[in-house]
Amino acid sequence: LSQMSKQLETFRTHLQAFASKHKQEIRRSPAFRLQFQHMCAAIGVDPLASGKGFWAEVLGVGDFYYELGVQIIEVCLALRHCNGGLITLEELQQQVLRGRGKFAQDVSADDLLRAIKKLKVLGSGFGIIPVGGTFLVQSVPAELNMDHTVVLQLAE
Amino acid sequence: MDRFSWTTGLLELGETLVVQQRGVRLSDGEEKVKFDSGVLLLSTHRLIWRDQKNHECCIAVPLSQIVFIEEQAAGIGKSAKIVVHLHPASSNKEPGPFQSSKYSYVKLSFKEHGQIEFYRRLSEEITQRRWESMPTGQAMQVNKDSQAGRIRAVGIVGIERKLEEKRKETDKNISEAFEDLSKLMEKAKEMVELSKSIANKIKEKQGDITEDETIRFKSYLLSMGIANPVTRETYGSGTQYHMQLAKQLAGILQTPLEERGGIMSLTEVYCLVNRARGLELLSPEDLVNACKMLESLNLPLRLRIFDSGVMVIELQSHNEEEMVAAALETVSEKGSLTADEFAKLVGMSVLLAKERLLLAEKMGHLCRDDSVEGLRFYPNLFLTQS
Repeated sequence: LSQMSKQLETFRTHLQAFASKHKQEIRRSPAFRLQFQHMCAAIGVDPLASGKGFWAEVLGVGDFYYELGVQIIEVCLALRHCNGGLITLEELQQQVLRGRGKFAQDVSADDLLRAIKKLKVLGSGFGIIPVGGTFLVQSVPAELNMDHTVVLQLAE
Repeated sequence: MDRFSWTTGLLELGETLVVQQRGVRLSDGEEKVKFDSGVLLLSTHRLIWRDQKNHECCIAVPLSQIVFIEEQAAGIGKSAKIVVHLHPASSNKEPGPFQSSKYSYVKLSFKEHGQIEFYRRLSEEITQRRWESMPTGQAMQVNKDSQAGRIRAVGIVGIERKLEEKRKETDKNISEAFEDLSKLMEKAKEMVELSKSIANKIKEKQGDITEDETIRFKSYLLSMGIANPVTRETYGSGTQYHMQLAKQLAGILQTPLEERGGIMSLTEVYCLVNRARGLELLSPEDLVNACKMLESLNLPLRLRIFDSGVMVIELQSHNEEEMVAAALETVSEKGSLTADEFAKLVGMSVLLAKERLLLAEKMGHLCRDDSVEGLRFYPNLFLTQS
């Protein structure tokens, strides 16, 4: 176990070196984030699991996605009375970008989907429904049974 | 503006759409023209503008004609703009709306936002120059144009050279970043292998390993972001960090909970806490793990999971069952209520209102009327008036 502890320290140093060179890239480039996420998944690591993890602390990946989570929740709550808790991924992206302001970093559809997947843990009904070529985001815990889902997909 | 040609707006074979934006005005340099309100489409080969009212009116310019682009931020009463500097038109260009123009640039005004994304995509397309590798049905005059351009306007050559250098540097940065990323991932992989072997040893020697060591191991796994299936059964997913977090939460949430009638959904808590923190935000999993430990640490809050899966935090003093009795009275007064109406009356969120009504139903106090119009609750007369 102590061997692991030592290895962790070495890894942490490497991660810090990486971060000092490329931290900006993560915040700036959706393509880089996507590649990063894929590689983490390939080796069985979840960089978003905890705010106390190395990835979040050193690279700052966490803050980006957790803040996005808050923005997504706020947008969904604000529009719930209009759309009943169902919103297309595109509209969500537009609204979130609008809320982030002119100088904020770009947010890709993949970023949104990952943030929403994490929000599911909070148990308040966030769901992603594939429709046509894109997705609907559900923010209320109504169970959509098979009939509802089929109708939604046909309405595309 | 004389670089544009009339077009059908249909994409050629080999040409793909990259992004589009509504509500864009096209101006010839500083002068407004009749292209006031349209959809701007960016493809791998061209920039196309189609009138929103008259779809027949559609013009385009090849991306190869673009020298460089600039952003103009929005001002008071003015929308954000992109300024597109163009090479002079080639002699064999298709006919367009203007024969001549005194400007060598056009302005795109984004009246309905979308300028940031569009600028980014346009820069990407100009850098990648995908039209060179994907020949389309039209004859591409790429090289000829840039030659003619270089001979005529010397100043533009310098700008082009700078663009080229910038592009090379960005490419270099990105490929360096990816290389470093791959190396980092190799090391991370070693860590994962090591943790797996340790986890296996723990499973074999079940009971032989001390609680202290298990806790240390769990915190290592947490740092790396590796799921720990083995230890989860024995001691739960919590760690020291989560215990401290739970104590912090109890402090932060006391007042907001009292303001909201003693109960808050976990999504509200997540937003509240993270907004207050500003930096070093909590992940949803951190929050859930910390809340799971609230009760065992004898803190004045607790996590409650309803049958539907909805998770809330409530004050220990809050008794949902008493609330149900109050809810029953409210419903009886009004005859019947839906979750929305109840939420409005009592002043709580619709989600929690629904949960309370469902709980009342489970306890036998209310009956449901589930129709196309929605879900409505009535007092359970079967029970009271037998």
